[in-house]
Amino acid sequence: MRKFALYLLPLAAFLVLAGFLLRGLSLNPREVPSALINQLAPDFKLARLAQPQETFAPAELKGQVWMLNVWASWCVACRVEHPLLVQLARSKAVPIVGLNYKDTPDAALGWLAQFGDPYLFSVTDRDGRVGIDYGVYGVPETFVIDAKGMIRYKQIGPITEEVWRSRMLPLIEELRRS
Amino acid sequence: MMRPLVAVACMALSSVLCAVEPSTLDPAGARRAADLAAQLRCLVCQNQSIAESNAELAVDLRRQIDEQIRAGRSDREITDFMVARYGDFVLYRPPFKLSTLLLWLGPVLLALLALLILGRTVRARRARPVPVPLTTAERDEATRLLENGKSGDRR
Repeated sequence: MRKFALYLLPLAAFLVLAGFLLRGLSLNPREVPSALINQLAPDFKLARLAQPQETFAPAELKGQVWMLNVWASWCVACRVEHPLLVQLARSKAVPIVGLNYKDTPDAALGWLAQFGDPYLFSVTDRDGRVGIDYGVYGVPETFVIDAKGMIRYKQIGPITEEVWRSRMLPLIEELRRS
Repeated sequence: MMRPLVAVACMALSSVLCAVEPSTLDPAGARRAADLAAQLRCLVCQNQSIAESNAELAVDLRRQIDEQIRAGRSDREITDFMVARYGDFVLYRPPFKLSTLLLWLGPVLLALLALLILGRTVRARRARPVPVPLTTAERDEATRLLENGKSGDRR
């Protein structure tokens, strides 16, 4: 009986290994969990894209749930995500502030004119310093920020219909209730 | 005639501008910056350190390191700055804590397990009875049987 169990050992080892590898297939190594979840959104004061003489600081939106969407005119994946953002803006689902990351104002404004502007307004982070404070490493990225100014969720890469419906919208509704 | 010349001049100039990253650190500071950059993982090309990567983010982060060294921050403060933004993932040498316990102790546990198995195998082998040498009578008997077997083959 003991001998028999010993013969099963390689099979067991194989199954354990296969289990880990199978799990690995559905993990995305590019998605690094954010260190900023449940932390206060880093403060900044940046000029607005369309009205450069005006600034914006996250504290101004205290008291409501909002999203900070990092985008750039050079970012291809942003175009994939953009129609959904426009749709969210049209249905007034949630206020979205754009963080125009390492871009030139001309290119950015042209891009918005071409694809539509879903943002309450965008602010310009030309040298990417605020991006570093937010741990941005791939555009687009989207942060859900609650009424107290805490980051509650970070979407790395485009928001898809599925992610919006199954994760972000329920979270935003829950944050609004509490 | 002018245009190709201008183009060539631009190309030459751009290669010069790109090749040299402006760093105004003293040699010791530059060495610290290089060491730090080599310990931090670039999140864009994940298998390269910030020192090796040419991704824009890596360039920005090298600039951050330079600036912070110039501002007199310690190595610890600079790595903490990176971890606060990008998480432990930026460290090529993960910290020893509860969630990394298995990572750090895993090899030791496996080695202990191997030693345990080795010890048991050796002990089991030792416990096996040592064959008692044959007496003369037994040896003769064995020879006789073997001989018989041979003649039997011949049949």
